[in-house]
This record gives sequence, C-alpha cells and structure tokens, in this order.
Amino acid sequence: MFPYCSAPDTLSGLSWLSCYLTTGKHTSLYLSFLTVLVLLAVTAPVALVFGFGGASAARSRFAPLAWLGKAYIGIVRGVPDIAFFLFFVIALDQAFEYARHKIKCPDWDQPIRQGNDFVVCAAAKLPLGDAPQWVHETYGFFLAVLTFSIIFGAFAANVLYGAMQAVPQAQIETAEAYGMSHRQSFWRILVPQMWVYALPGLSNLWMVLIKATPLLFLLGVEDIVYWARELGGTKTPKFTDYPHGDWRMWYFGALLVFYLAFTKVSEVVLDRIMRRLTRGQATMGGEAQRKAAA
Amino acid sequence: MKNLMIATALVALSAGAGLAQTVRMGTEGAYPPYNYIDDNGQVAGFERELGDELCKRAELTCEWVTNDWDSIIPNLVSGNYDTIIAGMSITDERDEVIDFTQNYTQPDPSAYLAKAGTEVDLTGGVIAAQTGTIQASYIAQSGATLLEFATPEETIGAVRNGEADAVLADRAYLEPIAAEDADLDFTGDSVLIGGGVGMGLRESDAELKEKFNAAIQSMKDDGSLNALITKWEIGETF
Repeated sequence: MFPYCSAPDTLSGLSWLSCYLTTGKHTSLYLSFLTVLVLLAVTAPVALVFGFGGASAARSRFAPLAWLGKAYIGIVRGVPDIAFFLFFVIALDQAFEYARHKIKCPDWDQPIRQGNDFVVCAAAKLPLGDAPQWVHETYGFFLAVLTFSIIFGAFAANVLYGAMQAVPQAQIETAEAYGMSHRQSFWRILVPQMWVYALPGLSNLWMVLIKATPLLFLLGVEDIVYWARELGGTKTPKFTDYPHGDWRMWYFGALLVFYLAFTKVSEVVLDRIMRRLTRGQATMGGEAQRKAAA
Repeated sequence: MKNLMIATALVALSAGAGLAQTVRMGTEGAYPPYNYIDDNGQVAGFERELGDELCKRAELTCEWVTNDWDSIIPNLVSGNYDTIIAGMSITDERDEVIDFTQNYTQPDPSAYLAKAGTEVDLTGGVIAAQTGTIQASYIAQSGATLLEFATPEETIGAVRNGEADAVLADRAYLEPIAAEDADLDFTGDSVLIGGGVGMGLRESDAELKEKFNAAIQSMKDDGSLNALITKWEIGETF
C-alpha cells in the first residue's frame, strides 16, 4: 500500500501497523463488512415477504393453503440452521441444476445420480464451470440470501400470524359492519394495525439475523467472522511478512464493537418505527402517546 | 420472488460464454504449509504451487476456491468445485465417498505437540485434533479423550490454555509453531497414519483423475515434487 511497506520486518510501531492493516488480506476483511451489510439489507425485506406470505397462507380460509402455510412455519422453524445450510442449500442448488439440465441437455444418456455424485452436463452447471470467481461468489451469495430468507421468513411468519390474531376482533367486526369484504378488511384494517404487535418479535429476528452471518462460510462466502479468525490466528514468520501471536482477541474485540454499534443503531431505528406505528393505536403505547399530546 | 427471478436471469445471462474447461480447486486455506491465505488474501503454500504446476502439466485452467473443512466433501460431490486439494489424507472411509489421485506426499508423520516440559499420557489424556481428520479418528481409537475443534488454530489454542494435554496434527503443520513458541514442544514419537495426501475428486470424474494422476507421476519422475516437498518442509520425499 504505502511505499515504505516493501520491507515490513524493518518497521515498528505505527508505520508497521499502517502497513499491516492495509495488506490485501485486510482489504478482504473490510470488504466482507460490506458483504454482511448487503446481505442484511437484501435478506430482511425478502424474509419479511416470505413471512407475510406464510402468515397470510396460514390463516387462509382455503384449507390446503392454510396447511401449506402452517407446514412451512412448523417445519422450517424445527430444523437446525446449520443442517439447513449444509443440506438444504446443496439440494436447492441441485434442483436448479437439474431443471437446467432437463432443458439444455435433453439427449444426455447418463444417470444424474452416480453413487454419491451429482452429475449434470457442463452447460447446466450453475454457474458454469468456467465462469469467473465473482460469478460463483455472487451465486453463493444469492443462495445464502434465499436460504436465510426461507429460515427467517418462517420465524417472521409465526410472529406476523400472532400479530394478525392480536388485532382486536371488534375492529374487523366494525369493518364488516361498514360493508367491507373479507379482502378489504384484511388489507385496510388488519394489516395496517398488526405491525405494532409484530414489531417486537420482528426486531428480535433482526438482531438474530445480524449475528447469523458466520453460517455463510459453509457456502464458501467469507464473512467478517471468518476473516477475523483467519487474520487473528497465530502467524509464523515463514508464511507472512507480518508475523504475530494469537491476536484473535483483538479481532473479535473489533467485531464486538461493530456488532454492539450496529445493535445500538438498530435499536434507535426500531424505537423510532415503534413510535410511528403506535400512533393512534388502541394499545397502551398509543394511549400514552395520545395523553402526552393532549 | 422477484429478487429470485432477477438473480436467476442474471446468472443465466452471465453463463452464456464459452465452455472451455476450468477446473476449480477446493481448499481450506487454514493449514500452512499445505495451504494458507497469504498477506494479499490469495491461496498460497505447498499445495498452491503443486496444484498450479499440475494444472500446467495437465494443460488445464485452474481456479482456487476456499471452503470450510466441514462441508468440503459435500460441496465436491454436488459439483461446486472439481477437486479437493487440502492436505487430505487418503483413507478407506473417505474413499467410499470420493476418489483420490495417487498420493503426492508420503504417509503423514503426525506428531503430538504439548506444553514444553510436561509429561503427557498419550493414551489416557485429553488430546485435541481437528474434526473429521485422520488424527481425530486415530485418537478416538487410541483410548485417549478426543477434543475436536473446527479449525487447526483452535487445537493449538486448546493446548496453550490447558484445555487439552496435547494436540495431534501433521508434523509439517506443527513444526513452524513449535519453532516459534518456546512454550510448546513435541512429545512422544511421531505416528504414521493414513496413506499419504492425495487430491480428492468425484468418483464419476475418472478422466480428470487420470490427468492429475499422470501429472503427479511426471512430477515424481523428474524430481520436481521432491523439490517442492523439501522447499515447504512437508516431510519425507519420494
């Protein structure tokens, strides 16, 4: 990075540190913060959509749809995350490749399952074997977002389901008395009012999601915890220009600060959203707001 | 759903280019001198140099990928990369699931590393090893209490903080650590486990396996493999 970094073993103190912290490896660490933030930014809304779909399905009056919604909520919440990441993602990837294989190579005569191996024609590979590394990483990232969304969507579905049940029955009755259809009362009365009941549960999920990213490395996506462990591990002079002892404590300490700061920011934002959602609601919070304003 | 469709479309589009064969080399990147991540964030080490040379001789384009040790075999068989080149010893257990090339190192001399000056009961004490390694199954059979960790680094940490009496790992991995840290020293005799380190491939990939086998043989024949083994202090030469 800096011109004086060419001979790190002659440096000491701050100049050593400035070289050490700007190695290519550290750049990977800094970039992985971005990976994590992007992952969260994409996963949270997608998971919420999954959750909303699951919850609406679970309380559907059409029985098969309700079973589907309840089965999704029940099964996904019951399976450990790590099992989900080890097996479900690979199965998902294979399902995509299988579909492409059927379309692109109709005259392929070998079996797809050969013992333990999953073999599709080269044109059906996802991404293609010769695709550059970033495509593979993006694809891995996409699988990760999808998997996280399915898992957290199931939890969110349960939270939203509870929130929908918590909206006072009188509200729905009044809506129907005004002549609203079932659909209208759902969208105009139930959905706007349920968020205030859902938010505490959803904010818990958000906090858990923030800290769930180390599971990414099971998919080959390198997150901040991976790099902290890798960089902090003991480095002997033979394999690096910047040997040091076991510095994992410092790296994990830095992560701790990052996570705490991130949690704090989240809390502030969530508090603000909660205040906004409480306005005019028939809850204790809403009542308190009304009194304070009066 | 919309995201899913856009992303699928993107992947499908970017996948249009030609079909020249690229071999993706899967490694762990946490086991020097076999493989590690260097200061620039690239895979380096004995297996990096070996793998690049093998690819050159077999006339393949190779790309390096790092993957968690725990999921390294499932990801190979499902086709996320094409080889495992991660200091993986050839064992019967693994051979049932994947195929190996011929070995490119001699059977691993594994060694016990413990706190200097301590007397360790190697068959009754607490011994640390990385999960899913030949050393782990060796300890389990030896009668000692096995303490497993996900990464090699943590096994050393366990000895440093007294959680384990000793760690059993490839001698080549432990050597630089023992040299650097005066508190740690080898104890007991080295043990020979496994059938040497080889590259792991899918059982259905016989063609690729033959290419790598031929390349490894040519490196054994002209002595360049021995030169690499000596350079990285892996152990016995051929």
